[in-house]
Amino acid sequence: MIQLGLFYMAATITVVASLLAVTRYNASHALIYLIVSLLGSAIIFYVLGAPFAAVLEVLIYAGAIMVLFVFVIMMLNLGAAGVDNEHQWLQPRMWIIPSLLCLLLLAEILFLLNTSSHALSGTVVGPKVVGIELFGPYVLAVEIASMLLLAGLVGAYHLGRRYLLDMRGESL
Amino acid sequence: MEELTIFLVIYGTLLGAFGAAAVLVWFERRLLGFWQDRLGPNRVGPFGIGLALADVIKLLAKEDWVPPFSDRLVFIFAPTAVVITMLLGFAVVPYTEHLFIADLNIGLLFFLGMTSLAVYSVLLGGLGSHNKYALLGGLRSAAQMVSYEVFMGLSLMGVVMISGSFSLVDIVKTQAENGWFVISQFFGFIVFLMAGIAESHRLPFDLPEAEHELVAGFHTEYSGMKFGLFMLGEYLSLILISSMITTIFFGGWLGPSFLPDLVLDFVPPIIWFFAKTGTCICFFILLRAAIPRPRYDQLMSFGWKLLLPLTLVNLLITGAVLLWL
Amino acid sequence: MLKAILSQIISLYRICLHLFAKADTVQYPEEMPYLAPRYRGRIVLTRDPDGNERCVACNLCAVACPVDCIALQKTEDEHGRWYPEFFRINFSRCIMCGMCEEACPTYSIQLTPDFEMCEYDRQNMVYEKEHLLISGQGKYPGYSFYNVAGKAIKDKDKGEALNEAQPIDIKSLLP
Repeated sequence: MIQLGLFYMAATITVVASLLAVTRYNASHALIYLIVSLLGSAIIFYVLGAPFAAVLEVLIYAGAIMVLFVFVIMMLNLGAAGVDNEHQWLQPRMWIIPSLLCLLLLAEILFLLNTSSHALSGTVVGPKVVGIELFGPYVLAVEIASMLLLAGLVGAYHLGRRYLLDMRGESL
Repeated sequence: MEELTIFLVIYGTLLGAFGAAAVLVWFERRLLGFWQDRLGPNRVGPFGIGLALADVIKLLAKEDWVPPFSDRLVFIFAPTAVVITMLLGFAVVPYTEHLFIADLNIGLLFFLGMTSLAVYSVLLGGLGSHNKYALLGGLRSAAQMVSYEVFMGLSLMGVVMISGSFSLVDIVKTQAENGWFVISQFFGFIVFLMAGIAESHRLPFDLPEAEHELVAGFHTEYSGMKFGLFMLGEYLSLILISSMITTIFFGGWLGPSFLPDLVLDFVPPIIWFFAKTGTCICFFILLRAAIPRPRYDQLMSFGWKLLLPLTLVNLLITGAVLLWL
Repeated sequence: MLKAILSQIISLYRICLHLFAKADTVQYPEEMPYLAPRYRGRIVLTRDPDGNERCVACNLCAVACPVDCIALQKTEDEHGRWYPEFFRINFSRCIMCGMCEEACPTYSIQLTPDFEMCEYDRQNMVYEKEHLLISGQGKYPGYSFYNVAGKAIKDKDKGEALNEAQPIDIKSLLP
């Protein structure tokens, strides 16, 4: 019972925070709501019996990736001009088609959830199970993701290296 | 555990953490004074301990000012984040084998997650102030914290490998059999110590607020109790990191095994825990007294070029030893 | 790198040893620090052995003062002896440099080993002559400017000062 209440509370917070994250004009406010929505989904994960995924959500998404988002926002120094820009972009004719598409997707998900029988299994998935799954059946996906990240890392280093060389007055 | 005990532990932790943070305000200055051949604050009350109370009264009575040019929502939200996350982090600290708030099977990751969320307070404080010094402090802290989080997590993975669990109670129990992890995971300990200092931005690595370059960094615009919350958060994180070092590397509530059994039976486990945590806090204060602040690029290159390879090698060797020996 | 890390550890150890060193702090209001007799503190005006003011209102102190905190006005008594009509030192400006003491030809203005002059009202930091004058002779007992100067005052004519020859009578032809 408590679990169900927790789930609905976290779900409400997540949905409301996500909506606010989309509709805020000020970029930093939108980011805060996005963080709240991520934390809410972490709680949903926990309630659904996936504590490891929940903590990773907090650690990786809320704790590291969103920090970088905030970092970029700080670097850009969006002031009142950014808010005005957002005002212009958020006209109804801009968001009406994406919202319709989203509604379609939502309807699909609801339909799928209704037809599938096993919702809320309640089994706790510990970190060990996650690890064995990741490096067992899903090892290919993990490797591909790591290759992608490595490529990104090398690319970022290459771009940064050019800048460093420019600073030192050398050529590539 | 009974519900009543849990409630008692929760309130005990809350009061204890707040009280310890307030006393640390005085204790740190006093100890710094001794290390710098001064006396430190010794006027208010016996040994000057009334300074803790006086400081709290001063902060509460100050004008709580929000600058008109600031981003109000972000500005007010920022200082609360660090205190909330740090207090949440105390939830997984096991004081003794049976005295804790929650023994999560992902306790260690929960602690890491809470410390990584604490970044937001500094970051948003810098962003919401609309002040260039605050912004620079926030930028620095973002890069510093994100980098050192990596080593902080990785340095603990060796411990997790040996004990085979993320639960802090299990980690301490493993140390009862295998000896303290500070010996078998010495490099992990060193890296965790460094990363802990950087995460709580204590003095050798307090570049986000480096007062001789950035006025006061991210809390330049803060005053009154909002500044007080930042300070409280800093001391809470100091206590939290110290108790984590105690739990993970110094055997938590276990007494030193070289002592005779008579002493180990006589001293209750919680005394060992608090004694070790206190020693660790003193060491942090000694670092503040002795080591100068590095330059920002030195800090980053120290992290990425020394600590990261060190943790990876440590992890590799630990894994190899566990697998083949 | 190893050397740098070692140096940090050594400095940690050395600072830790300072826990057992004696603190240099002087607990000021309870434990007064020793101030030398020639310490440069609050300024006083002294009197000569006869109890008269030493100050001859020559204004040298006011000129020497780098912060212009001294103000005075010269006047004379009926026998031609100079003295200040008022003598005012603004201690909120004074930097206790002692230049006035060095400039003073009569040892009148002197600095004393006292620096505790806090006031709630800034106006109270302006000392008039009656605040500055002390009844004693300060650091130079027995010295009286008029006893060694050639100026004629009451009870002392020209040529009667210490080590002073009688004035030459320019209207006489005698050697």
